[in-house]
Amino acid sequence: MIAGLIVRDVRRGVTGAAWLPVAFFVLVAALVPFAVGPDARLLSRIGPGALWIAALTAALLPIERLIEPDRADGVLDQLFLHGVAEESVALAKIIAHWLSFAPLLLIAAIPASALLALDGRSLASTELALLIGTAGLASLAVAVAAVTAGLPRAGSLTGLLLLPLAVPLLIFGAADAYLLEAAVSLLLTAGAPFVAGAAIRAART
Amino acid sequence: MTSLLRFEAVTLRRRGRLLFEDLDLALGAGEALQVIGPNGSGKSSLIRLAAGLLQPERGRVERSPLTLADENIALDRELPLKRALKFWSGSVERTMEALGIAHLADVPVRLLSSGQGKRAALARVVASGAPLWLLDEPLNALDAEGAERLARIIEQHRASGGAVVAASHQPLPGEWRMLELAR
Repeated sequence: MIAGLIVRDVRRGVTGAAWLPVAFFVLVAALVPFAVGPDARLLSRIGPGALWIAALTAALLPIERLIEPDRADGVLDQLFLHGVAEESVALAKIIAHWLSFAPLLLIAAIPASALLALDGRSLASTELALLIGTAGLASLAVAVAAVTAGLPRAGSLTGLLLLPLAVPLLIFGAADAYLLEAAVSLLLTAGAPFVAGAAIRAART
Repeated sequence: MTSLLRFEAVTLRRRGRLLFEDLDLALGAGEALQVIGPNGSGKSSLIRLAAGLLQPERGRVERSPLTLADENIALDRELPLKRALKFWSGSVERTMEALGIAHLADVPVRLLSSGQGKRAALARVVASGAPLWLLDEPLNALDAEGAERLARIIEQHRASGGAVVAASHQPLPGEWRMLELAR
């Protein structure tokens, strides 16, 4: 059932609007040269940080389709009746979300880095930091999606919840502090299934 | 006789309102129970309590493996009906036949009419193979032919040792024990 759920969610993620957050990511990166001017030295200095901000904002877009549609359609109820623990559902959704979000983002980081005049070395290190950080980001997204599922104005709440919690990922990711980034990412990935699971249970009425 | 569903002195309160108190209930193999009562009397809540989706304030609920059909279809809307049903259970051909939706196998779930959607949700219940069926307003959106098919499969399910709890404000075809909830 868990494997089936992961496959299903990846299919829904990819056939849905998977390109949308990615396009948004490139677009935000493209805004930076307009905002600070075309000075390549300056751009390449702030480039990695700008890519991270673009990644964080892009991560907000898919949140409302992660949990809420399944709650509203009774899929979460049926999974419970099939004996699947809420934490397992959340973990499956984290894995599926990462699979349908992170690889595309990592690919999109290549053209985005060109817009920011990053050289090959800083692109490689940013990619590695993104690879590590997106696991935590995907976990955070699913947890926030579960906490806000069914609430009015969930869309604006998600940003207020996710962005502050993602600050450690941003700090260590943009500084290329891989071990600290991995630690934060691991912590979020380990905790998120329990937060999301409890939220799914609490939302059941 | 062992019960497929048993309530022992169950009290249920939702949003501060007492829906029922000290309710005892036992449902054995082959039995069918219809829950009736005015809107807002707690029929759906009783079904969700029986399913384990709600917790009683007091009392104990014992249940055997069960399946639920409520107003949520719980099928992936973008998938063809047969593939969507297959997410929940392996073999769905015979059940789709029994509910008269076999010809809709390749139609995406989002294009189904509400009656067809209801039949699909019931097909999900039947295909689950669980001994206890919980049906919330099973007749909603069903036409006469659909209701007849539902009556037939419920009869078969009971004959093979299953039990059914249905919440409905309409009379259901066949022999049902009644449980009336007051407002």
